[in-house]
Amino acid sequence: MSDTRRAFASVRATARLIAVKDLRIERRGRVLTNQVLPFALIVMVMFAFALDSDAVLERVAPGLVWLATLFSTLFVIARSFAVESADGALDQLRTTGAPSAGIFLGKALALMIQLLALVAVLVLAAVVLYRADISWQGGVLLVTTAVAATCGLAAVGTLYGGLSAGAKGRETLLPLLVLPVVAPVLIGATRATESAFGTNGIAVGEGWPWLGLLVVFAVLFSVTGAIAFGSLLDE
Amino acid sequence: MTATRERNVTGTPFTRGLGVVTLIGIALLVILGLFVSPPDVTQGESVRIMYAHVPGAWLAYLAFIVTGVSSAAYLWKRTRSLTWDRIAGASAEVGVLFMGISLVTGSLWGRITWGTFWTWDARLTTTAFLFVTYVGYLAVRGLGGSHHQRARRSAVLALLAVLEIPLVHFSVQLWNTLHQEASIAGRGTDVTMDGLMLFSLFLGVIVFTLMYVWLVLHRQRALALQDMVDDTGLDAALAARRAEAVA
Repeated sequence: MSDTRRAFASVRATARLIAVKDLRIERRGRVLTNQVLPFALIVMVMFAFALDSDAVLERVAPGLVWLATLFSTLFVIARSFAVESADGALDQLRTTGAPSAGIFLGKALALMIQLLALVAVLVLAAVVLYRADISWQGGVLLVTTAVAATCGLAAVGTLYGGLSAGAKGRETLLPLLVLPVVAPVLIGATRATESAFGTNGIAVGEGWPWLGLLVVFAVLFSVTGAIAFGSLLDE
Repeated sequence: MTATRERNVTGTPFTRGLGVVTLIGIALLVILGLFVSPPDVTQGESVRIMYAHVPGAWLAYLAFIVTGVSSAAYLWKRTRSLTWDRIAGASAEVGVLFMGISLVTGSLWGRITWGTFWTWDARLTTTAFLFVTYVGYLAVRGLGGSHHQRARRSAVLALLAVLEIPLVHFSVQLWNTLHQEASIAGRGTDVTMDGLMLFSLFLGVIVFTLMYVWLVLHRQRALALQDMVDDTGLDAALAARRAEAVA
């Protein structure tokens, strides 16, 4: 019994170390703030050019927020594993004997925190650019949605990022692998955000059931990822 | 020398026999489907697309189930063998091909019957996702590395797809439930279906399944040969050429 407890403690400790390490790399490298965020914002502006109508933009704002999030997520995942595959860092991490579940959870956690920041900025952009409107109740729904959705995205991203890390052609492989998998997140998060924004007069209450989908997705992929990640990292 | 030469082909008496039977079956299906069977009361001549579409879709789903099961067999320590990995890969290749065919034939049929190439029905959308997912799976198989690296990576990916597809299906269903489920479901289960039409469809499913087995057997052996070439390496090839020159 104490063995399992020790194993869990080791996973937790590894996860924290890895997450702190990744966030420290981000703080020093500023790839998210200086490259990914500006990209996401320019995408939001481009959507406005393409759709060219305030009414349409207001209608599709929730979808655009999550689409921009998905596209940007791909870059954050790529960055998260570019750091690991350079200089064989991931292999060295493996040779320390750190539990792979801990590595997975740590990387996913760091990814999730970065994605949350990204979503926050994009929602703000939607409010400014697309005239999205958020009530207090809508805000609560929105924050919960963002947490659940980014958790799912981070889990999938870490799983598939680890799979394609170091492979040639990974830049194009990653979107092909990740985007179909996260379709449920796009559907669930967009519907929930629609109710949070009150798009087309949808009530806030209608958004909560969609949260169920997001939570199921996040839990399923976090657990699977923690189990399967070890066999994906090639020794 | 003859022994190795025989090992280096993908055909055996069994697959040759199977191939002949499949070819005869395809010819029969073409005759039945295109000429003998009557046009549908409501769909007219376009119903003939079904004789390729339904078996194609069936075959694609069968192929992906086989890929999933053989991937699990590879990952399970007691049955770990690269043969399972090659079967999974061969099956996925055939599955992607036939899923592509059934998506194209389906949308052509839809254009004629429903007046639209595409509808956002859960089954249709899930099928499209399945297609893209397995295209990604094949891309991952091509990443390189050792055979066992490839096998493990793609086996995990195949099992993730098994997890993903029901989720996608469920969420698309939530997203759009207003669909003509009846017209799709009614397609195969129509009790008033003409006997000859039903027979053609049935024959199509059997012929396509035979074709699947034939293709996967050959492809699996070709993959084994490919792995063998990789293992043998350049040195052995050079040595063989030199030996030939001396003789």
